[in-house]
Amino acid sequence: MSDYAKPLPVPSPISLPFFEAVKRHELVVMRCRSCGTCRLIERETCPECWSNDYEWVRASGRGSVYSFVVMHQRLHPAFAGDIPYNVALIDLEEGPRLVSNIVGCPNEALKVSMAVEVVFDDVSDELTLPRFRPTFA
Amino acid sequence: MESIKGKTAIAGLGITPMGRIYGRDAASFAVEAVRFALEDSGLGKEQIDGLLINQATTPFGGLGGLALQEYLGLPNLRFVNSLTMGGATAASMVQIAALAVAHGMANYVVCVFADAPLREDRGGGQAYGAWSAGLRPYGLSGLHLAYGLFGINAPYAMAARRHMGLYGTTNEHLGAIAVAQRKWAALNPAAQEREPMTMEDYHRSRWVVEPLHLYDCCLVSNGGIAVIVTTAERARDLRQPPVYVLGMGQGHPGALTRPGWDADTVTGAGIAKETAFGTAGISVDDVDVCELYDCYTYTVLVTLEDYGFCEKGEGGPFVADGKLGPGGSLPTDTGGGMLSAYYMWGMTPISEAAIQARGQGGERQAPKNDIILVTGNGGILEHHCAIVLSPRPG
Repeated sequence: MSDYAKPLPVPSPISLPFFEAVKRHELVVMRCRSCGTCRLIERETCPECWSNDYEWVRASGRGSVYSFVVMHQRLHPAFAGDIPYNVALIDLEEGPRLVSNIVGCPNEALKVSMAVEVVFDDVSDELTLPRFRPTFA
Repeated sequence: MESIKGKTAIAGLGITPMGRIYGRDAASFAVEAVRFALEDSGLGKEQIDGLLINQATTPFGGLGGLALQEYLGLPNLRFVNSLTMGGATAASMVQIAALAVAHGMANYVVCVFADAPLREDRGGGQAYGAWSAGLRPYGLSGLHLAYGLFGINAPYAMAARRHMGLYGTTNEHLGAIAVAQRKWAALNPAAQEREPMTMEDYHRSRWVVEPLHLYDCCLVSNGGIAVIVTTAERARDLRQPPVYVLGMGQGHPGALTRPGWDADTVTGAGIAKETAFGTAGISVDDVDVCELYDCYTYTVLVTLEDYGFCEKGEGGPFVADGKLGPGGSLPTDTGGGMLSAYYMWGMTPISEAAIQARGQGGERQAPKNDIILVTGNGGILEHHCAIVLSPRPG
């Protein structure tokens, strides 16, 4: 998998725990120790109460599709073979909204608000990406 | 405090040639737009004492384009700034210029937008979309690139899909906006795309990012537009009929990440409307013409809802009968807008509003032009500006 040509995220000091967790196949979010609001954004500061005190907590991995698109433009050579592919915004149960892809579901069957759950895709030796699949209760 | 209603006006308008005009940089378009605006108004260069700049994708000098003052050779200005709020910038410039002239900080403020992203070797999609593909994603902020989310079309497609999912809006609805605006463009000699478009043409146009077809997306244009804002009294002494500012407002949902936040289907237009319509003393029923920021068909639809032209979620059925087009009950984006005429960000709706208020629309002149609503939208529906314009001071 060393020929992985898609963009490889570089962990930042803030996001390092997130990337380490997904490598272990765990989804984590930041929870404010002051007000309890969960976030998953590149910020030291809670936008609700402005506290810098937070911890990483394990998320359930369940969520719903806020919205989704199907990409048709060839804007990156490494994605050209995937076209048409979906990108979705997932509202996690804990609150944060996460960009991802939905797998295990044809694009035509995707729906706003559909229930999804996380799956972990080890795309290379260095990188694991959380993706989501429909939840069949 | 005394109301600003009718106290200020747009007194000059300069529009350069638009579209696939190569070999010129943004600064050259900016200078030409200012020259045309001065000629239009009858003002001399030495009378300009304020300059506001909306620099776009191709910069014309440091400090946000403030070098334009030097290009224009305008010494000793009393009021200068460069503003950044994406597509809401142009309307914001006119608002701030109006406040400045109303309070005596300057007499004649030129507001300029210019851009030249198109090159002969590079199409519009490349000019606007490809930039993000070269980025190395850093931390959580860059994670979307790892999932293949590139360009600016995709987040607007997300917003449109959200609306479709919540309210049953369809591509047929969005297509009605594209078709109506193309009809207006056919009547506008300055429009880039004047070929007739049928609903079938719309559906056949390629997907850019589903659910957005090519014809849901605005054009990309090289060119520049300048307007001159002054007091109502001064405007009355100039060459053109004054275009009075009756009300102004802004609304900013921002790009919050708060759980449940949905600025994609409820924009800042509602807040902006309260302020702008309140100052103007009008209701939505008084609006004769809409010049709405139309980076995408969907932007028009959601804006109409948020101003209360119809209920939230009813935008699709509302536009489906073609009422936005020529001869319709709510003439909207009467020059063809950014979808079919030219993409000068927020200056496209402002320029067309000025033309309509002056009664200079020619074949496309709306039958009634007493109250014209102009909107600007910046970011991904994060920032909204509203201006109410009229040929009469109130």
